[in-house]
Amino acid sequence: MNRTVLAWRQLRRDLASGDVRILLAAIVLAVMAVTSVSFITDRAERALALEANRLLGGDAVVRGDAPIEGALRAAAAAPGLQVTETLSFPSMVRAGEALRLGEMKALGEGFPLRGAFRLLDPATGGERDADGVPEPGTLWLSRAGADLLGAKVGDAIGVGNSELTLAALVVQEPDAALDYFNTAPRVFINLADVPATGLVQEGSRIGYRLVVAGESGAVEQFTSFAKENLGRGQRLETAGDARPEIRRALDRADRFLGLAALVSVVLAAVAVAMAARRHSARHLQGSAVMRCLGASQGTLVAIHAGELLLLGLMGCSAGVALAFGLQWAVADWLMAALKLSIPGAGWRPVLEGFGVGLTVLLAFGVPPVLALRRVPALRVLRRDLDSTEPSAWLVALAGLSGLALLLWWKAGSAEVGSAMLLGILGTLAVLAGLAWALIAVLKRVRSRLRGPWRYGLANVSRRAGASIAQVSALGLGLMALLLLTFVRTDLLDRWRNALPADAPNRFIVNVQPDQVAPVREFLAGQGVVGPVLYPMIRARLLEVNGKAVSGDSFPEERGRARRMAEREFNLSQVESLRADNEVTAGQFWTGVPASPELSVEEEFAETLGWKLGDEVTFDIAGSRFSGRVTSLRKVDWESFRPNFFVVASPGSLDGFSGSHITAVKVPAERTRFTADLVAAYPNLSVVDVDAVLDQVRGTVEQVSTVVEAVFYFSLAAGVLVLLAAVSASQDERLLEGGVMRVLGGSRRQLRWAQVSEFSAIGLLSGLVAAIAATVLAGVIADLAFDLPWTANPRLAATGAAVGTLAALVAGLFATRGVVNTPPSVTLRELQG
Amino acid sequence: MADSHDSPVAISQALRAEGLGKRVPLPTGELTILDGVGFTIAKGEAVAIVGASGSGKSTLLSLLAGLDVPSEGRVLLDGEALSALDEDGRARVRGEKVGFVFQSFQLLPSLTALENVMLPLELRGDDDAEGPARAILSLVGLGERLGHYPRQLSGGEQQRVALARAFVTRPAVLFADEPTGNLDTTTGQAIVELLFRLNRESGTTLVLVTHDERLAARCGRILRLDGGRLVSA
Repeated sequence: MNRTVLAWRQLRRDLASGDVRILLAAIVLAVMAVTSVSFITDRAERALALEANRLLGGDAVVRGDAPIEGALRAAAAAPGLQVTETLSFPSMVRAGEALRLGEMKALGEGFPLRGAFRLLDPATGGERDADGVPEPGTLWLSRAGADLLGAKVGDAIGVGNSELTLAALVVQEPDAALDYFNTAPRVFINLADVPATGLVQEGSRIGYRLVVAGESGAVEQFTSFAKENLGRGQRLETAGDARPEIRRALDRADRFLGLAALVSVVLAAVAVAMAARRHSARHLQGSAVMRCLGASQGTLVAIHAGELLLLGLMGCSAGVALAFGLQWAVADWLMAALKLSIPGAGWRPVLEGFGVGLTVLLAFGVPPVLALRRVPALRVLRRDLDSTEPSAWLVALAGLSGLALLLWWKAGSAEVGSAMLLGILGTLAVLAGLAWALIAVLKRVRSRLRGPWRYGLANVSRRAGASIAQVSALGLGLMALLLLTFVRTDLLDRWRNALPADAPNRFIVNVQPDQVAPVREFLAGQGVVGPVLYPMIRARLLEVNGKAVSGDSFPEERGRARRMAEREFNLSQVESLRADNEVTAGQFWTGVPASPELSVEEEFAETLGWKLGDEVTFDIAGSRFSGRVTSLRKVDWESFRPNFFVVASPGSLDGFSGSHITAVKVPAERTRFTADLVAAYPNLSVVDVDAVLDQVRGTVEQVSTVVEAVFYFSLAAGVLVLLAAVSASQDERLLEGGVMRVLGGSRRQLRWAQVSEFSAIGLLSGLVAAIAATVLAGVIADLAFDLPWTANPRLAATGAAVGTLAALVAGLFATRGVVNTPPSVTLRELQG
Repeated sequence: MADSHDSPVAISQALRAEGLGKRVPLPTGELTILDGVGFTIAKGEAVAIVGASGSGKSTLLSLLAGLDVPSEGRVLLDGEALSALDEDGRARVRGEKVGFVFQSFQLLPSLTALENVMLPLELRGDDDAEGPARAILSLVGLGERLGHYPRQLSGGEQQRVALARAFVTRPAVLFADEPTGNLDTTTGQAIVELLFRLNRESGTTLVLVTHDERLAARCGRILRLDGGRLVSA
């Protein structure tokens, strides 16, 4: 008979008897975890590719930190091209009493040249595409921004010195950035209204964009000209490399979430290995009989491997289908987050899903099943004959190779893949070590317990290998979730609370030279003592020791140095060293040195390769300024005070124009501080530190929700390992349950024994997870947040509770047959 | 009519089978395993159930011990009608009045010898399980091996633990199913001696299922089954 038919028949029998359900579930889960992540990132990438032009607002864009004039502007005016421009900068936005720091965007006529703003039509409540840009004298607000300010269409909105009428709410902007950190209201005004607002002044930080679109030939000509003629601080973006920040974010998300999903694949693989062993054990006798009846080794392999392959295809299809449903459900959310309309998914995730499912099955499921071919026919007569265990080395090798392959593929590099593999194996090994130690403790405890309790705990310690696998697998899933929760809530709160009590809570930016004295007076009136306003002068690096320096002076791999050398940054001047600065080399000036001296933050100096004694020259609005590096400083950036990479000695920057910045601690009772300050000086930007911290928190919440969702797959995979282990010991359990019933044990007593066993497994998993998560959180606290390590009992309690619950529910479900089968049936069936 | 367990005669009976039948449905019809089996076993009596393979010995044992329910008829164990009880009720009766010895020992591998013997006492809620368990293990010659797990014991030793477990509850009736089936002749002989000695000393009623005619002959009475019917009692 056709071997495929035999394999198919066997699969149907096994599915009906429930023998291969865990194997199937493990494959479905592994495929689902990887494929759902893949579907989502694939759709986002497609959206990006399809809407690249719309995302740019044109076919090509030149960005710069200064007005884009000269040759580039002339080239943009070539025949066949349309051109427009935008300006973006932060500013306070007022609506009645409400006041927020907003993201301003001033739009030139014709913007966007590709795509359109999508506006909410107040008349109909529906949406429509905008015809152009806001009329002069009016503005648009992002819908979320209007909600934040409590503004509605028709209200007067204060921006700088101007009052503009809110004309429309923007639902979607053509070139929206994927900026998780930006939840500030977005404000759109006509470019012609900018001068009247008084917001663009010397030293203001403004992003300029020149947008062109047109016939492809003309655009190509423009882009090749622009590439050659980009000025300093200017960047060209075309449809091909549109929104690199979105692309990077997607790429990172794909890799990170993909790797996170692989944690569940690894655990599912453990479940597959366990289930495959049980599967092959169940088929031992049948295979021996088939050998007796003349089946060749090849036939046995074809039947068993064929069955697995069919099962794999079934599991992969189900996993892919479920993932497809899941990503469909989150598509709306994704669309809102990316501000994109996303197209359907492609075939790549489907192929990935099948690839992962079949790899896991081949690497972990096939070795024990292949070993069935070696079953001796004599086993029909002598059941104790058993030579079908596959070589442990072979199993380990096949499994590790499969895992390495998956990780390598997902990480995109052998190095990262190996590191990840070692990381997962190391973590599992540590968890297994912890589990082993805790199980050893349990062994001692159980002698003090009675009856069903003792029996349950005895099961944990007797099946130590299986218990360790269950505890470490469940533990790994739980650990990931606990760690995430801990970082998201506890660490952020502790970091916030660890800020010094006198840390400033408001940054005031964009103070013009003539506003320094009145602002100081205003602050004094608000109870702020001795505020220091630091000049902030925008400068670009020109020369070091007389030698011209630009981004190209540094090799590709020193990306940060290249960026630093290209972009404008702020210089300031101070009289003395503040407590949050510490000189690490050289001598800080006292008084006023004869010639300009510079003090440089040590890491910044190291990045750019500056040393003490170097003569550094800057370009400040077309003028040259030189100073000698006389000291290097270490800066405590978390002091929440204005700090600068480069400060100059007193008086040396006096002739240069710029704005001022200060950070102050405003007493909590001064609730109208920001409103009054901005009312008096509309051009000032006030940054509320608490609001920023809230934003950070909101962002972390958002990102971790996604990661958490992926880690739930890991927890589910951990539960599957538990089920696989229970299933592997099902025959023993049935027999033992039967014996206990025969000896007078009631159903309730048997249930208690199971409760004690699975609570113990769950509790141990929770403890193992809590210990590992606490240690890891300690490392993160120390390295990322610079906070002392403290244990979190709540974390341990949560871990223990979730672990116990997960193990109890899964374990009691899996062993329900043990209680429900009459003892006579159990004994008859299994006694042999 | 009063239940038979109310009468003085019934009180002296350890076990009574009345018209016991067991049928199982098959696709081709009904298979009769036991048919109209009835007998009485007095307290303290030792009875062997013998018969060829498939004669219904093990099924009869299951019904007598309350491990299974008959299709017809009833079993009275120490005066209590088993068929009137649900599975947990029968489990309680087993815990209180019945001891078992199996061919394949059926010790729980996760428990030590001592813990295995303590288990039935603990299951029925005795406060002191350890004292009697230790005592009886010494009695069967395993006083030095209390902490050993089944896998660390020989077959004979495992069966001795099983005997200790069976007798530790001082059961009214002890059921033994081919107790020497998995042992070599010498060890089997020793186990049989021990079984009968313990039975004698504790005054327990013994119901023994066996193929072994010599072992059956050591019992006071032989019930012979053939094709599901009792052919001699």
